[in-house]
Amino acid sequence: MTKNKLKRIDLIFHEDCECRQVLEKTFSRSNDEIINDILESGLKGRGGAGFPTGLKWKFTAEQPADERFVICNADEGEPGTFKDREILFKVPSKVFSGMAVCAKVIGAKKGYIYLRGEYRFLLPELQKALGAFHRDIKDLIDFEIIIQMGSGAYICGEESALFESMEGKRGEPRNKPPYPTISGFKDKPTVINNVETLVYAFMICKHGPLSFKELGTSDSRGSKVFSVSGDTPIAGIYELELGMSLEHFVEEFGDGDTKAVQVGGAAGFCVPRKKLKETIIGFEGVPTGGSMKVFNSSRSMYNVLHNYLEFFEEESCGQCTPCRVGCQQLLKGIEAVKKGEKKAIYLDQLLKLSETMKLASKCGLGQSVANSFSSIVDNFREEMIY
Amino acid sequence: MAKNIKLKIDGVDVQVEDGKTVLDAARAINVHIPTLCYHEDLCVAGNCRVCVVEVTGAKALVASCAMPATDGMDVHTNSLKVRAARKNIIELLLSEHNADCTMCYKNKKCELQDLASEYKTSGEQLFIDLVPLKDYTIDNFSPSIIKDDSKCIRCQRCVRTCEELQHVSALGVAYKGDKMKISTFFENPMYDVVCTNCGQCINRCPTGSLIERNYVDEVWDAIYDEKKHVVVQTAPATRVALGEDLGFEAGHVVTGKMVSALKRVGFDSVLDTDFSADLTIMEEGTELLTRLKKALVDKDPTVKLPMATSCSPGWIKFIEHTFPEYLDNLSTCKSPQQMFGALAKTYYAKKRNIDPADIVSVSIMPCTAKKFEADRPEMRSSGYKDVDYVLTTRELARMIKQAGLDFLSLPEENYDSIMGESTGAAVIFGATGGVMEAALRTAYEIVTGREVPFENLNITPVRGMDGVKEVTVKIEGTLPDWNFLEGAELKTVTAHGLTNAKYVMERVKSGEADYHFIEIMACPGGCIGGGGQPIPTNMEIRKKRTEAIYMEDTGKPIRKSHENPEVVAIYKEFLGEPLSHKSHELLHTHYKARQRY
Repeated sequence: MTKNKLKRIDLIFHEDCECRQVLEKTFSRSNDEIINDILESGLKGRGGAGFPTGLKWKFTAEQPADERFVICNADEGEPGTFKDREILFKVPSKVFSGMAVCAKVIGAKKGYIYLRGEYRFLLPELQKALGAFHRDIKDLIDFEIIIQMGSGAYICGEESALFESMEGKRGEPRNKPPYPTISGFKDKPTVINNVETLVYAFMICKHGPLSFKELGTSDSRGSKVFSVSGDTPIAGIYELELGMSLEHFVEEFGDGDTKAVQVGGAAGFCVPRKKLKETIIGFEGVPTGGSMKVFNSSRSMYNVLHNYLEFFEEESCGQCTPCRVGCQQLLKGIEAVKKGEKKAIYLDQLLKLSETMKLASKCGLGQSVANSFSSIVDNFREEMIY
Repeated sequence: MAKNIKLKIDGVDVQVEDGKTVLDAARAINVHIPTLCYHEDLCVAGNCRVCVVEVTGAKALVASCAMPATDGMDVHTNSLKVRAARKNIIELLLSEHNADCTMCYKNKKCELQDLASEYKTSGEQLFIDLVPLKDYTIDNFSPSIIKDDSKCIRCQRCVRTCEELQHVSALGVAYKGDKMKISTFFENPMYDVVCTNCGQCINRCPTGSLIERNYVDEVWDAIYDEKKHVVVQTAPATRVALGEDLGFEAGHVVTGKMVSALKRVGFDSVLDTDFSADLTIMEEGTELLTRLKKALVDKDPTVKLPMATSCSPGWIKFIEHTFPEYLDNLSTCKSPQQMFGALAKTYYAKKRNIDPADIVSVSIMPCTAKKFEADRPEMRSSGYKDVDYVLTTRELARMIKQAGLDFLSLPEENYDSIMGESTGAAVIFGATGGVMEAALRTAYEIVTGREVPFENLNITPVRGMDGVKEVTVKIEGTLPDWNFLEGAELKTVTAHGLTNAKYVMERVKSGEADYHFIEIMACPGGCIGGGGQPIPTNMEIRKKRTEAIYMEDTGKPIRKSHENPEVVAIYKEFLGEPLSHKSHELLHTHYKARQRY
């Protein structure tokens, strides 16, 4: 099922919300009922990976433990994504409320917001809002939220590296399994959700699962907040129904000269103009954590890729071979081809390497470098060479 | 535990216990999956990715070392995808590795080289050589350890070794991305950080990134120098491990062949550290009894108990950094190596009528920290450097090969005299609990006039691979001089590996434990698991070497240090008695508080 029109939604930012009332209503229901609503809504993680939120909560709740945690992943580091910043700035109490609902469902007494190091400027206002929230709900639930600052490493947005960082260790991804629902922060069962996911979970509690489920497609229910940037006259944050085609997106946001759209940031996919029509934004097409970067014909896709690879070369944690060395090789490789030091056919070698990185890297960072690499090299091969 | 997980590997059914990994399962049916960052002694890292396999139904490949085996899993270890990925990964590792193999100390002993020889079928490097792009330096300031980052493949075995086995954490990971490297506190050189020189990292490094500083050429030069009289001593643990580098299975005792090889290599006198180990027992045992007497009878508040052994130079540097307030609790005895060295250039020189200036004293040790120990400024009580060169077991194996000797067919020969006589008590110094057992065999007999009340002198509770072994010995039926110890319970603890040492010291510090005597060996298993021993060293091999050590003990006609005839003689002719003035001058030392950072 393909929805054609681009539909703006106004759930997250503009709707007035008496958080306490919604929480009271939600807390009067059983945990199973709440989880079933989240499952029924079809909500998937909004960080990009798209794991069903209800299942995550259910697994964590079912895991025997003396302590469980809910963590809000606000380490928004993907290049071109800035929607969590806006959410935390404008509607922090909805984030806290989403965490509180999750805490009730899984039985957590403590929740953490892992805030991106570069978002320190949000901290004073967030703390103020959090203080008010704590006062507001203290008779409803025994739950405390703590804000922990990140230090600026992209990799710490990866959930298990985030746990390591929170535990005071070097931010390096762990082996999985075990998954966070079994062993997360401090090796306890942990729900870790993106900022936006928690807000949607809360909105589902408010409006019920059906109104959410009506939006989007069967694989991608609901709406999503997009960070639109690049060659667009109207860069900014937009909440849109999922399942639109990229062609419609470009009609709305492009500058009339769109050459390609990078969907999902540096870790995402580059879609060239000729494929805009057939490409759907959503889990059945190209998923995104929110980043939508529009490039017009003035852009060199070699420079775009070079920029991404420089980013990955630096932001890999350096732990596993495919990612640490692979990123360096991809970067040095396209440089060598551009300079004529390697023949154009070397790009095929690099494509195979990126496939290895996708298959064999330890975490999502290394696994997703191939997304932008292969989609840019495949679609703009001539720009890599000449 | 029952074998309750059923899976298929390359089409073969296999059952393993719950909690085992795919790698364990593959090994159980002799399917070889290559590994690099994996080591039996360490926690699983899963970062080299060489061991990836394909699991039907999984989107990505999985690291077999880190993936738990689950019911119904269908694993392929050599599929097209796996082979392509593995080959690429090995090429990636090679592209950031300084592969000057013929110049490398680890040539033919390198796990990356092994993998390259298995997987590299084309002559050219697939990817761009990254080594010249990086600003690598070699840290070769330490007398024990040389660190060459250009050969590092970032598997972090050394980091895990230093942290998990030793709780030292001298090595850690620094920076990220392409700049990620294994480094030290503030990137200081190894000699200037908390490193204890134990060499466990060297023993686990798969490449030539961490190696011992070797003195093979210096020793050859000394041997060829006609004016020099070169004496060599061999540590207890070398004789049960040397064979592994020369064609024997682990656990083979090669004492006689080793002596024979050393003579053929050209050492002028082949002697035994066992002799000075026995001497250590005399000095250290007496020191313990003296401390007990001062504390219990004289009520001297300055006497420090518990007393801790001082044979292990890794442990000494560890306590100097980590528990400097307990330096007075260390026995003042030098290690057997250094006792031997001091006597080689005094007692031995005199007896053999050689100018000590012409003596070159070499030791063969299972240890890299011994190199640092021999370099300590305190270790010159003979008026010369007491031990000139320390070679590890591995370096000796190299010399034997260079000399063209066929080790397997060498005859067995006996040590020279003097200072070549050994007892069973000295041999067991090489295993954790050995010093404790040897000390108890002698001290108990001094105090009671009777042998220790254990069958065949085997004090089994202090033996074995448990990290911390607490044993209390009740002293009964004392001789008149030692009446004050009648009925006393001598509380001892034996620990090996610095992680366990730290645990013991923290218990002492907190007052939870009131030991009298502590034996600590820096390396897991004691010296048999030393950082200078043949590679690989793991639990199975440590156990085999330990069995060999105790076999050697049982086979000795004399098994108590105080009965070593050469020890009896040296006291009579030279030292007088334990803790005499001369002993103090030559056989005892002092320690130095060092900073943690």
